[in-house]
Amino acid sequence: MYAHSVELDVSKCTGCTTCLRHCPTEAIRIRGGHAVINEDRCIDCGECIRVCPNNAKKAMCSKFEHYQHYKYKIALPAPSLYGQFDNLDDVDIILQGLLDIGFDDVFEVAQAAELVTEYTRLYLKTPGIKKPVISSACPAVVRLISLRYPYLRDNLMPILPPIEVAAMMARAKAKQEHPELEDSDIGLYFISPCAAKVSYIRNGFGKYKSKIDVVISLKDVYFKLLGAMKKSETESPTINSKSGMIGISWASSGGESSAILNDKYLAADGIENVNKVLDAIENGNIPQLEFVELNACTGGCVGGVMTIENPFIARTRLHSVRRYLPVSQNRLSGDMSYVPENCYSSELPEYTPIARLSENFSESMRMMAQIEKIRSALPGIDCGACGSPSCRAFAEDLVRGMVEDVSACKVMKKCD
Amino acid sequence: MSESLIFHFDVDGEDFTSAGQASVQVKKNLRRLGISPEIIRQVSIAMYEGEINMVIHAHGGSADVVVNEDKIEIILADKGPGIADIELAMQEGYSTAPDSVRSLGFGAGMGLPNMKRYTDEMTIESKVGEGTTIKMVVKL
Repeated sequence: MYAHSVELDVSKCTGCTTCLRHCPTEAIRIRGGHAVINEDRCIDCGECIRVCPNNAKKAMCSKFEHYQHYKYKIALPAPSLYGQFDNLDDVDIILQGLLDIGFDDVFEVAQAAELVTEYTRLYLKTPGIKKPVISSACPAVVRLISLRYPYLRDNLMPILPPIEVAAMMARAKAKQEHPELEDSDIGLYFISPCAAKVSYIRNGFGKYKSKIDVVISLKDVYFKLLGAMKKSETESPTINSKSGMIGISWASSGGESSAILNDKYLAADGIENVNKVLDAIENGNIPQLEFVELNACTGGCVGGVMTIENPFIARTRLHSVRRYLPVSQNRLSGDMSYVPENCYSSELPEYTPIARLSENFSESMRMMAQIEKIRSALPGIDCGACGSPSCRAFAEDLVRGMVEDVSACKVMKKCD
Repeated sequence: MSESLIFHFDVDGEDFTSAGQASVQVKKNLRRLGISPEIIRQVSIAMYEGEINMVIHAHGGSADVVVNEDKIEIILADKGPGIADIELAMQEGYSTAPDSVRSLGFGAGMGLPNMKRYTDEMTIESKVGEGTTIKMVVKL
């Protein structure tokens, strides 16, 4: 069972159908007056959280204060955190803030992102790989591909995302600096901008288990940081950022792909656009490309549902944060010409044919014929009042036996 | 043996942005039927190429996809200018598409060859001045 991170507060949900109409995988129904999420279909993109007018949906995350049992706590901030603060052009102040709110050390995910960029450049030179290579950094996109685009599974880049590489590096660094620490003393806390990454960390990836111990929401840390950063304004930070332009650019759409130093790339953001690009790649209806970066959120990770600032403002802020930074501060050691074994992920998501009506083909055919028949009698206005996202989906729900009878449709013209 | 399913689409002429919609829709329906990803890809590429052809050359037309227990038939019919020399049109790289279309990245002369490549059977009936009907079969 896939553990999701989107949670519904039934008492706040009015059954208004807003999320129903926005869910890109038609995973939501309104039943018994409130939203119900089909876990097999949900990709944790967070779209429903974003559009809910009643704040009834939220991303489940751990609270920092509930996970204090690790002796040595390391914060792993996503680079999107750096775009959240007004008038801030020095990342060190944020990192110092993290120390001040109780972390023992900070390891920036942006550092690992710079290495993943280097690995990507190497991987693209591998003979015989399926092109275009699709970035595997956005877990919502990876899950979407496993549910809907099985043919593109082999295009996914088999390299661990920056969070995991950062986790390995952070742990190694801690053990080197503090040899007295046991593995169980060290806690790695990822500060996440989105729900999809929370799910990814909870579920792992095939047999791969995430090396992050606790995921906390960027929003949660933000408010604690505000206070701490005000305090540290007077003193100069004791910690220095080790990220360059490339690592920080990963936070917004186009950052990851533009860093591969190859102009045959495409970057698309927003789940609808992601679907369009995947359809085009599947049909071979796309120019010759080397690399495709896809982000489920508009604007990239800065558009995640657990961020504070609007993604476009955050992106502009990132420009000023990185302006005077070196291009990259994390490089492969001189003679390294291969991706290290432990950064490869050979696990491909398994294809789950969620759309399939029945395991039996004849039965599927029969059900489909019935769906088409019912659908032609429905009004076709996709109003959502029946609790299904479209008239077609309603017809399918009826045939699948998930709705009892056609009277759930309030605007029926005719039915036989 | 269950009855065959027929999906009918009208393909709008002179509108590149809507070309490909029928193939996306068919893809969704085939997924619901539990057809294998490889077959879905074959059908959707063949259909997509056919749709584009009808938009470029024939001001649109119609597309019917008939799903049977053992095969999927795709019938594309238009009332366009017809194909004068079918053998020549089947050659890779041969195209009569105007420059305006080529500048959009279409008209590389791969449409018909791709349709043949991705299907098990393909027949073309065409009369100059009357139109073209292409039937393709993908076996299940």
